[in-house]
Amino acid sequence: MATLSATQPGAMSAPRPMPDYVDGPIRAFAIATIFWGLVGFLVGVVIASQLAWPLLNLDLEWTHFGRLRPVHTSAVIFAFGGSALIGTSLYIVQRTCRARLFGGEEMGWFIFWGYQFFIVSAALSYVLGYSQGKEYAEPEWFIDIFLTVLWVTYLVGFGGTIIKREEPHIYVANWFLLAFIITVAMLHIGNNISLPIHWGSGFSYSAPAGVQGAMIQWWYGHNAVGFFLTAGFLGMMYYFIPKQANRPIYSYRLSIVHFWSIIFLYIWAGPHHLHYTALPDWAQTLGMVFSVMLWMPSWGGMINGIMTLSGAWDKLRTDPGLRFSVTAVAFYGMSTFEGPVMSIRAVNSLSHYTDWTIGHVHSGALGWNGLITFGALYWLVPALWSRARMYSTRLIEWHFWLATLGIVLYITAMWVSGIMQGLMWRAYDELGFLQYSFVETVAAMHPYYVIRVLGGALYLTGAILMAWNVYKTITVADAPEVERDLAPAPARAVAAE
Amino acid sequence: MLVELQWLFSTLWVVWFFVLFGGILFWTLKPSRRQDWKRHGEMIFRDGGKG
Repeated sequence: MATLSATQPGAMSAPRPMPDYVDGPIRAFAIATIFWGLVGFLVGVVIASQLAWPLLNLDLEWTHFGRLRPVHTSAVIFAFGGSALIGTSLYIVQRTCRARLFGGEEMGWFIFWGYQFFIVSAALSYVLGYSQGKEYAEPEWFIDIFLTVLWVTYLVGFGGTIIKREEPHIYVANWFLLAFIITVAMLHIGNNISLPIHWGSGFSYSAPAGVQGAMIQWWYGHNAVGFFLTAGFLGMMYYFIPKQANRPIYSYRLSIVHFWSIIFLYIWAGPHHLHYTALPDWAQTLGMVFSVMLWMPSWGGMINGIMTLSGAWDKLRTDPGLRFSVTAVAFYGMSTFEGPVMSIRAVNSLSHYTDWTIGHVHSGALGWNGLITFGALYWLVPALWSRARMYSTRLIEWHFWLATLGIVLYITAMWVSGIMQGLMWRAYDELGFLQYSFVETVAAMHPYYVIRVLGGALYLTGAILMAWNVYKTITVADAPEVERDLAPAPARAVAAE
Repeated sequence: MLVELQWLFSTLWVVWFFVLFGGILFWTLKPSRRQDWKRHGEMIFRDGGKG
């Protein structure tokens, strides 16, 4: 059913037909995002508890840390983050292109169910002991092939919508999202070239071996951070923060410079994961230099996101959903400063293999990816189900403070634990012997592991409140249906340019 | 033959990257495009979504 909308903000005189957007699969992705978020955060709390209290491994092969850890990382990155990214990208591309999804409902539902099948297959395979042993690329070859087909279908759906757009300009969020989709396809195929042990075997050998294999793995691994967890979520930021703040992005020009700088620089940064290894020095230095250079465009993007609120800071008091998004951008700024610092070889000699890295990853994942997704959901759920607002603003407030406090506990505990761990590993006595045995470092970290469990539990509790709030928003019609497509847009501030 | 010229190709690749990125910056920051960018930034409010 086609609806009408004004051609210009605030103008009602010249309505033109609005395409019949495909929203059913996007609603399903929104629910899946929340469901997988709960699963991923819960497994995170479980494995954090296993590190603090090893008895919780239960002495069963299916429940020990080694198998549950990839369940946690895949659930939060690919299931929670991936569902959020695919769902919001399909929403954004249709609206900004003023075009119905290429392939229609069938395309949307195929992408949705195909992706859920991939998630469940991957999680089951980890628990049953199937893994390539590559971080963030654990699924074995048969799941990899399925994901490749599905991802190319997603690219066709997204790209096809852009090709048949009615708007002449492609909005910058779509640039980031397209970069995310294309680069993830390239990384996934490049890093998963492997040979099954024999026909019919679920296990395989990686085609590249040794240091070449390690280099390809971290080319994949770091760019999964760069293009899945950064470029994709920046696409989300460039659409939802202006929408929530009801004003254009602070500087559209800066967003273009931000995009091209990220594209040019990120792909070279992977070798910083292999400092002090068999990788040639020049490659390590290359990775370090490009990582440090990434700091500037990252902060350009952060400033662009935060300054969009220029002149409307009061909205942070009244709109807790927007507060999530802006705090997420602040965490983006923090972790994109910490990352380049940690990529410097001298710093890395202390931080590598310690909990500092875990803390850094979680300030990005919980702070940036998690909070920007929550902010987008608090805007998107009422929009998708035609509600005036979320069921309870107070629950959003509680979610915000629980999540923020949880992140602070988590990352501060890991900073202290990680730096202490690194310093203990490198401490020598006056005779040149190592001052501490490995088990002494483990014992010293125990209190911080308990604090981490507490931080994760707070973050999970906040997510449970969100799930309840979303459930009530969908099921309780507390406000008349919103005819938002016919409503004139209110006056808004102009951008910086 | 190609191996002997590898140093040249490496250098040219770096130069090409700088020229390409510089060109993108010039295209983006040209004062005459200022109004276009401003208009593009506002396009999301014409999309029929809430807000």
